[in-house]
Amino acid sequence: MDIKKTPKKLNVKEKYRLMTRDLAWEPSYRDEKEIYPYVDYEGIKVHDWSKWEDPFRLTMDAYWKYQAEKERKYYAIIDAHAQNNGHLNVTDARYLTAIKLFLQSISPGEYASHRGFARVGREFAGVGPQVACQMQSIDEIRHAQTQVHAMSNYNKFYNGFKDFANQRDRIWYTSVARSFFDDAMSAGPFEFLIAIGFSFEYVLTNLLFVPFMSGAAYNGDMATCTFGFSAQSDEARHMTLGLECIKFMLEQDPDNIPIVQKWIDKWFWRGCRLLTLVAAMMDYMLPKRVMSWREAWNIYGVENGNALFRDLARYGIKPPMHWDDVEKSIDHTSHQIMLGLYQWKFGTAFHSWTPTASDIEWLKEKYPTTFEKYYLPRWEYAIAQKENGGEYNNFGLPKLCQTCQLPCLFTEPDDPTQLAHRETEYEGEKYHFCSDGCQHVFEQEPEKYVQAWLPMPSMMQEPLKGDLAAWMEWASLEPTASGEYANSEDKANFEKWRKQVSTD
Amino acid sequence: MQIDVQTVNIEQKNQTFSHLKKRFGDKKIPSRYQEASYDLQAEENLHYRPTWAPEQELYDPNLSKIRMNDWYDLKDPRQFYYSTYTLNRAKQQETMESNFKTVESLNLIEGMPDPVLAVAQDLLIPLRHANYAANMNNTLVCGYGYGTVFTQPCVYHAMDNLGIAQYLSRLGLMIGDVESLEAAKQDWMDSDAWQPLRRSLEDLMCVRDPVEVFIKQNFVLDGLLYPLVYQRIVDQNLVEQGGSGISILTQFMTNWYLESKRWVDSVIKTMASESAENKAVLEEWIDSAANHFTSVLLPVAGLAVAGNQADELVSEAHDELLQRAKKAGLFK
Repeated sequence: MDIKKTPKKLNVKEKYRLMTRDLAWEPSYRDEKEIYPYVDYEGIKVHDWSKWEDPFRLTMDAYWKYQAEKERKYYAIIDAHAQNNGHLNVTDARYLTAIKLFLQSISPGEYASHRGFARVGREFAGVGPQVACQMQSIDEIRHAQTQVHAMSNYNKFYNGFKDFANQRDRIWYTSVARSFFDDAMSAGPFEFLIAIGFSFEYVLTNLLFVPFMSGAAYNGDMATCTFGFSAQSDEARHMTLGLECIKFMLEQDPDNIPIVQKWIDKWFWRGCRLLTLVAAMMDYMLPKRVMSWREAWNIYGVENGNALFRDLARYGIKPPMHWDDVEKSIDHTSHQIMLGLYQWKFGTAFHSWTPTASDIEWLKEKYPTTFEKYYLPRWEYAIAQKENGGEYNNFGLPKLCQTCQLPCLFTEPDDPTQLAHRETEYEGEKYHFCSDGCQHVFEQEPEKYVQAWLPMPSMMQEPLKGDLAAWMEWASLEPTASGEYANSEDKANFEKWRKQVSTD
Repeated sequence: MQIDVQTVNIEQKNQTFSHLKKRFGDKKIPSRYQEASYDLQAEENLHYRPTWAPEQELYDPNLSKIRMNDWYDLKDPRQFYYSTYTLNRAKQQETMESNFKTVESLNLIEGMPDPVLAVAQDLLIPLRHANYAANMNNTLVCGYGYGTVFTQPCVYHAMDNLGIAQYLSRLGLMIGDVESLEAAKQDWMDSDAWQPLRRSLEDLMCVRDPVEVFIKQNFVLDGLLYPLVYQRIVDQNLVEQGGSGISILTQFMTNWYLESKRWVDSVIKTMASESAENKAVLEEWIDSAANHFTSVLLPVAGLAVAGNQADELVSEAHDELLQRAKKAGLFK
């Protein structure tokens, strides 16, 4: 070899190949199957890992440099936010319900993604996807941590934040997000990538992040919206990874197509069920609204989804199986979920409320075919109870769907007056579902979904044995964090503090 | 309406999150490291067992022979969470960037004696493959280990190893262009000196006990390799022979080893003090791996120094490692 040769100019692609791809070697002392034991069992065939196209080309030195810059800015802003009592800049304290729900449900999901991507970043037998997944793993822990840090200041002043770690594992509605991420992590490495990398990050992430972050901006929450902007360039990388992984699988072998299709069907439905909580947030929890869930769905669901599935059609991939059911549900789900949360508000670590007169006008306008006809009467019933000095609560426990773990409160796709309810018998036991989509997911892998931890039945078992008060304590459900917003300490404190700092 | 939010003094409801209050009390405001690290991993009511290994739990402390009453005892003395980690590394990469510039602008590589360059080529460049294995091994520990304070630094350590592999690749490109990397890979795959190490790393990549992987990779192998290669061969031998330029370009590795061994030692010390059983398992792993890797690294050292001296350097590194183990409470 000729040492001291003048180096050639390498192009970026070639240089990146040398810096990553070229580091691995073909093992000869041990069988590849021993090093990568989980890469085959899902049935995905990969003939040539080197065909993986790196979705982005970031060496570690550049990664450290860019990310550190973003971190510096982010913490400068949230420090200032904390020092200046930035929490008093939010529209009003109703807004906090949205970010409580986020911290209890979504931040633990970011953490789960971190661990999941570390696992697949080890299990794939090609260095291209290994490195891309490892980078996403380290990004995801960033997101979990920046979110906790942003919420930390709110926790100092308001109820409903402090027990998020315990509540992640024990509350009934956090189980919706938990079961979603547990489902992905307990799947094989390829399904995990379709679940989180493709379905969640590529197809659905805009429906989560755009509403949340613009909701934060609209409602004066600098901490959360700064997090959103700071995470944006990470998300862009994750989206290109998601798209690359699906193309890679589809191009490697035609036998992969039906497997991938099955996963797309499953994870699209799972994701949409999870996003019904975001729908309720957008239509009901933001004092200043960004857009309706219907409008968001039209842009980020329909337009983007159509373009994507047109593109994937050349591989023989069809739009997700229950797409039409989702479309039919869009004008209904936010109202159904919010009515549910409101009637079970004694068991939520956030406040809810009945819509105000101006809320009702907005909802009528955004949902002209459904709100007034189906949901306004129920809200009016709840409002009337309040006016008569009562409160609308449902102390019966909801029946939870075995798959998505939401209460079975959705209606038939073609009949909004009829509650949807499905049952499947498996090994002598009956299982309940909120929809055809969830029943279908269960029936593909019943041996998996029978294991689901369902919070409601667990309340009836040892050691709680139906003791509601003991259950609430066990789940860190404190009365100050629950119930009607109008009567809450959060509202009273926020208004008092705002008055202290305001001058007319 | 005017809002002047800065002047108002509001009494706080909570000093901290409940899980941190439970651990640390609420006299002191918890650090950002604590907020970012403790109890973030799901603990209870895990929904489904892994389809790849239904006998395991989704997060399963029993994947390791090491037992901890509380895995969150294994804190990182550097207190790295994502932000402090990236800020530190960004500073270091800035230094490395200017080091590369200095070496380039002063033509330090071209002015270097041939034997020095030959050692850099034969000894350092193939190590980028060893760093890749370390990257994979730490990714495994992060993925399957238990408790965020233990697993979190492992993803940082994995990415550091990738970074080191990339710095070594740049060094290779500087001294011999793409051919340098090709020759080094050839050596890694075929030459006698590297085969014991490659075989051992392939073996280690088949181990699934996350703590065993952590110990053998981060404590034993790195604890022998970095003092031997970077502290002794590069920073002493090569520098004496006119290879300061190489030492400048491996500064990251030298500093990184000194920094990260504080963390590794502290983890081992905590595990060892937990129980006699842990201590016995750690001693067994460390004893066998230290002897094994010492012999594996002997031919590697032989690429840089004559046989006798290689023996000497390797056994010095071995002694140093055992000193660290003793300080951590083992072999007493």
